[in-house]
Amino acid sequence: MIAALFDPVLRDVVLGSCLLGLVSGALGSFALLRKQSLLGDALAHAALPGVCLAFLAGRSMGLDPKHPLLLLLGALLTAWIGTLGVLAITRGTRLKQDAAIGIVLSVFFGLGIAMLTFLRDVGGASQAGLDKFLFGQAAALVPRDLVVMGALGAAVLGLLVLLFKEFALLSFDAQFGASLGLPIRRLEVLLTSLMVVAVVVGLQTVGVVLMAAMIVTPAAAARQWTDRLGRMVALAGVLGAVSGVSGAVISALARNLPTGPVIVLCATAVLGVSLLFSPRRGLAWAAVRRLRNRRRVRLENLLKDLWRLGEMDGRFERARAISDVTAVRGAARADILRASRDGLVALEGTGLRLTTAGASRAGRVVRNHRLWELYLARRLELPQDHLHRDAEDMEHALEDDVLEQIDEALGRPSRDPHGRPIPRGSPL
Amino acid sequence: MTPPRPPGASVGGGAPSPDASAPTPARTRETPPAPPPALEFHDLTVAYHTKPVLWDFDLAIPDGKLVAVVGPNGAGKSTLLKAALDLVPLVSGFARVFGRPYSEVRHRVAYVPQRESVDWDFPASVLDVVLMGRYGRVGWFRRPGRADRAAATDALREVGMLELADRQISRLSGGQQQRTFLARALAQDASLYLMDEPFAGVDAVTERSIIALLRRLRDGGKSVICVHHDLQTAPDYFDWAVLVNMRLVGAGPMAETFTHEKLQQTYGGRLGILEAAATRLLKNTEGAARPR
Repeated sequence: MIAALFDPVLRDVVLGSCLLGLVSGALGSFALLRKQSLLGDALAHAALPGVCLAFLAGRSMGLDPKHPLLLLLGALLTAWIGTLGVLAITRGTRLKQDAAIGIVLSVFFGLGIAMLTFLRDVGGASQAGLDKFLFGQAAALVPRDLVVMGALGAAVLGLLVLLFKEFALLSFDAQFGASLGLPIRRLEVLLTSLMVVAVVVGLQTVGVVLMAAMIVTPAAAARQWTDRLGRMVALAGVLGAVSGVSGAVISALARNLPTGPVIVLCATAVLGVSLLFSPRRGLAWAAVRRLRNRRRVRLENLLKDLWRLGEMDGRFERARAISDVTAVRGAARADILRASRDGLVALEGTGLRLTTAGASRAGRVVRNHRLWELYLARRLELPQDHLHRDAEDMEHALEDDVLEQIDEALGRPSRDPHGRPIPRGSPL
Repeated sequence: MTPPRPPGASVGGGAPSPDASAPTPARTRETPPAPPPALEFHDLTVAYHTKPVLWDFDLAIPDGKLVAVVGPNGAGKSTLLKAALDLVPLVSGFARVFGRPYSEVRHRVAYVPQRESVDWDFPASVLDVVLMGRYGRVGWFRRPGRADRAAATDALREVGMLELADRQISRLSGGQQQRTFLARALAQDASLYLMDEPFAGVDAVTERSIIALLRRLRDGGKSVICVHHDLQTAPDYFDWAVLVNMRLVGAGPMAETFTHEKLQQTYGGRLGILEAAATRLLKNTEGAARPR
């Protein structure tokens, strides 16, 4: 990566993709929070005809038709018109925003493709590298592209920092902002314009087709890691830059790989890691918690079965044949071993016995179960055959203080609705 | 004791009563320049697309009252607040806050929108949200300063949320969310508080603490106007009522306004099931009317 900075071509690629990721990640955070991610998609597609128009206009006026400033200005223009189109459709008709976005996206993209094909036939378009606007080609970035992208990107980020507080309020509670006297409509237009610029900055690197991913993905990934807006915006920029750089470098080294898709794949990988492993929201941790919980339920059921065997002859301290215990609900070997390691049961030859700790834990589960059954029967007047299934789940979930309240409310009963004793204290 | 009759509590559609339009009503005998009403509407009509929401509203709410805006769903209660705040386009008429256009007295007004109107999964802490109440004073391009933080902290203490200041707002209960919004309004340090259903979806304990807070505000000389849904509690909680069903059905001190007849008018045929409740309310109202 360091060496890349000394190779002029790679340096441009890295800088360009870094810029793209920074700007689209930061702006994308606001788009995501305002539930306007798809708007980014529409205006990226709407930029394509603008690029072609600018190329045509530049050529007919004798300017350099390949100059990035010209092409990006064209892109800005039609992307803007597309945005206004979405606004006009949602305000002026009964169509909702999703329909408006669908219409604008496909119409402008269709127009863009038609113009691109036309220009290819007339000649010049492929030499001019207009095709790169479709899927992006970071390797084709030259220094003057970077100057234009850098200037636009800096302007966008600068405004974002200056108006951060206002944009935050606009995104969270626009009505309240309006009641404070903020020009909400104008701020909305400005924020959307900044998004248009952010999209245009990334076009040459990622291309119109996949630009939306750079708006959504880094922002969604950043949201996983933090609960503060400022940090989210900064982190989305960083994650966007990392995805941009790694994608661009991979595609530049591999040749023949279009940059856009590779960058998007990198961003998606970042999102995948974030979704799975971010501290509070991570799905992996949730899965681990579920697994632990299930294991605890199996363990408590094993102890409970031992208890019930003890209840039959009143000899809780006796060892029971493992086959008798597993017969009840097929407790797994691993569960028995774990219980014995935790000191809740003792293994004696082929027998299994509750330890003091195990007995008190088992007694608690049985008490939970029977108190809950009694509560359902008395308070909700559920019939007897409806009690067990529910108690089977609740016995593992009831908190001690809730149970204490239930116990008190029922007058510290000694028998459950089926006449079985409600255990209090350890029999050992 | 009920204070002297407020000037210009004009009721019903049509032309405003002479009281409402006259600058100094004949009936006032005390200090000559009567304070302007906290909130008044003249000839107000609001429509969404072509459907009228509020029709021909003439109303003046005196300063220093705890006011309930009551009416069935879709009666235009929230719109009434938004009309006062310049948040909806008016078809005709105008609103005045302390006798001035809203844009001139913005800093004296605080707004509590409905709790459901925002996404509580937004990445912000409780303190961040409360600080938004100061944005009107902070000014463009600047960050809230020490004084703003102090005001926000005081507001959080006032609603009993100080220890939750750093909590992410998605991890708040409904009552805590509501109190966060109230703190944001308190941080605005206003004279008039407009609240859209401050009791919606909160538990009984929170409801009691909120009403205590509103009373403290009123006793401190502020005006509080709330959209309120619970007919049962309205007579106990509020001094004044505004009954709305697209038109203004009635407005005035609770005991005179919250009558069976007027509620019937407000809720139309739908009051049928509420009949029993309304009779009970009447009894409550009579009780509340007597000096305590």
